[in-house]
Amino acid sequence: MSGINANLGISIIVSAILYGTPLLFAGLGELFAERSGILNLGVEGMMLMGAVSAFWTSQKMSGPSWLVLLVAVLAGALAGALMSLIHAFLSITLRANQIVSGLTLTIFAGLIGMSSYLGSVLSLGDQAGRHSFSDINLFGLKDVPIVGPILFHESALVYASWLFVILSLVYLYRTRTGLHLRAVGESPRAADAMGVNVTRYRYIHTLLGGALAGVGGAMFTLQIATNWIDGLTAGAGWIAIALVIFAFWRPDLLLVGAYLFGAFLGLGYDLQARGFTAIPTEFWSALPFIMTIVALVVASTGSMRRRLGAPAALGLPYAREEG
Amino acid sequence: MTDATPEAPSLALAARSVTKRFRGVVANDRVDFEVAAGEVHALLGENGAGKTTLCNVLTGLYRPEEGYVEVGGRPVRMHSPHDAHEAGIFMVHQQFRLVQSLSVAENVVLGWSRHGGTWFAPRRVEREVAALAEQYRMDIAPQAKIWQLSVGEQQRVEILKALYRGARILIMDEPTAVLTPQEVDQLVGTLREMARSGSAVVFISHKLPEVLAVSDRITVLRAGRTMGTVGTASTTARELAHMMVGRDVVFAGGPGSHEVGGTVVLELEAVSAESDLGTPALVDVALAVRSGEILGIAGVAGNGQRELAEVIAGERARTAGRVVIDGKTQEGKPWEAIAAGLGYVPEDRMGVGVAPGLSIADNLRLKSYRRNGLILHNKKAMADAEELIRRFDIVARGPRTLARELSGGNLQKLIVGRELSSAAKVLVVSSPTRGLDVGATESVRRLLSESARSGVGGVLISEALGGVFELSDRIAVLYRGRVTGLVDRKDADVDHIGLMMAGQAAA
Repeated sequence: MSGINANLGISIIVSAILYGTPLLFAGLGELFAERSGILNLGVEGMMLMGAVSAFWTSQKMSGPSWLVLLVAVLAGALAGALMSLIHAFLSITLRANQIVSGLTLTIFAGLIGMSSYLGSVLSLGDQAGRHSFSDINLFGLKDVPIVGPILFHESALVYASWLFVILSLVYLYRTRTGLHLRAVGESPRAADAMGVNVTRYRYIHTLLGGALAGVGGAMFTLQIATNWIDGLTAGAGWIAIALVIFAFWRPDLLLVGAYLFGAFLGLGYDLQARGFTAIPTEFWSALPFIMTIVALVVASTGSMRRRLGAPAALGLPYAREEG
Repeated sequence: MTDATPEAPSLALAARSVTKRFRGVVANDRVDFEVAAGEVHALLGENGAGKTTLCNVLTGLYRPEEGYVEVGGRPVRMHSPHDAHEAGIFMVHQQFRLVQSLSVAENVVLGWSRHGGTWFAPRRVEREVAALAEQYRMDIAPQAKIWQLSVGEQQRVEILKALYRGARILIMDEPTAVLTPQEVDQLVGTLREMARSGSAVVFISHKLPEVLAVSDRITVLRAGRTMGTVGTASTTARELAHMMVGRDVVFAGGPGSHEVGGTVVLELEAVSAESDLGTPALVDVALAVRSGEILGIAGVAGNGQRELAEVIAGERARTAGRVVIDGKTQEGKPWEAIAAGLGYVPEDRMGVGVAPGLSIADNLRLKSYRRNGLILHNKKAMADAEELIRRFDIVARGPRTLARELSGGNLQKLIVGRELSSAAKVLVVSSPTRGLDVGATESVRRLLSESARSGVGGVLISEALGGVFELSDRIAVLYRGRVTGLVDRKDADVDHIGLMMAGQAAA
């Protein structure tokens, strides 16, 4: 009996990591953008564009599988970054309303938009994936009880995401660029007065955010689903935005949050597969979205945002006062 | 003390015949200004005299249309504050440019570090900042976050930022406006120390006594022109005032000239409230204001003044206690406070006081919308607005003038006038003369004192201790959200109030 429980526990964690990783990538990206003061609600759209571009690349390209997958992921990142460039231009250079601009991005690229159009024009929907990420037996430690299947039997994307979390922490808190980034999101005027180029920091981190969202999307087509379906990210982008709030804009907490939400996403399938149907699958799949709504409501009350540690200049355009 | 030696004044910074116009208005008209190394040089003038414009030219934010700036005797062309920093010129603005969520040390190295490079090592920077602060006798904890600091401490961080980058010329814009008397003394000590070590300090102010106390030389600006430079030792307040205003100034009469009635019109019982960050902002505040008296609230900014005004106005929820306006217990809604007879002149004139994009007439009826019914009566609104403009001597084209087009002083007269003409029983005013020039300050103070004479109970919340002393019948001191002292003005003493503001003395 306890053996079954242990197995169930491990399989919940493994699926939490699988479904949580795209959230982690996209969330990290949004975290960087928001730390620079740019709220990008276009994550869902950027993920879908990343997903469709990565899948198309992996279908068209020939060569060794690892190279195809690497280029496909980079193509996803590029697509996401290009999408975020639209948002960056509108909200940083033209100082448009960031909420409107971000939502436009999601509508433009989303379920009935650009990504679906590309999917159908390139007839990606009918194709079975040729390449996909598989789990790597790192250091040959896969069979170590409990930690083996969790820590040492993951895909390259998962290992990359862990590396990214560590790099993000070092970047934010131990480098001068990271310090400047935090300052730009808190008080662009103070940063500007001290010679930090606010516009450049905002562009770079918005683009980085788009690229990471694109990678998160690519994971859906290259590992989770291994084919293309219209709107296959199914709201993951929205969850990622909420996660940034839950994580108080900190990469380490974002990792925890992403796996928690990933667990809810995966739990439904797992329990169903094991014949546990007392609570319907739909409940588990709906849970992250209910929590997303709660997070967004909480975060949209101004005083609450301050308490949670949101960057003070989040969502506000910056213009230097000149005579 | 170093006096500028007339034989060899090593020139640190100079403006030569600088002219700067904004949409046809001449802000600086052939201004000449010289600062020597090793001196504290005061730049004196009323608001709108062109002090800020001149400093923006000196720090590279504006480019002059005519004339030029000299640094160390050589003409320089500066295109941004960054260029000014390179030349060793730093300015401490009235609104600090600090990142609230970062530490003192992080703010100091923002944008530039002695060590350059990629990495940021908090401990090392904290040690450096501590050493620098000690050298200039500043009391500050390098690892503290900015939001935890008092305004005086935040100002020290701004100075440290400049010192860390090797500033040789420091421009301070109205630095004493937000300090306690003791903090002013400390600041003066620091500035003197800088001058002694060979830096030049420019001290912008419109307050005569402190200018006389701090500076070696004084340059007076009026209406965009240099009126002259005088040695501090060889001038008087009277002469300076005359240079500043162009006529002799008579300051309005003090308090005590009106009757204090018996009825309590505003009462706070054990009121507590939280700040935006959820920290306690008001703790057990008990105050009572009778009709015809003005209760001054003294305190360093950020000790609960804003929250106090907002709680009375019903804009901020109480966590405990009771507010009674003219006998009516308040649930805590703005319209309820207005109905009970509250007039409120908020600190944030443009944001809370008026809707900047609406006309004077519209701003007036915004306040009374609950009484007006559904239909707007334009003719009446225009007539009311014209009446108010005349009565309170507001300089505006007419009732259709947009609120944002008014100067600070006229805007304030509009708000005070509106609040008084709505038959208020209690008038709460927050920093009513901040940013106003001598003339406008005079008329706003006169309005407040007249309103008290007519039986309104006033609460004057201000960091300007001078104004509080001049107008109040009683003075309460707020420190960390508590009332730490409540004294009659005639028994009050500036030093004692200053110590109470710093939390170092009881009433």
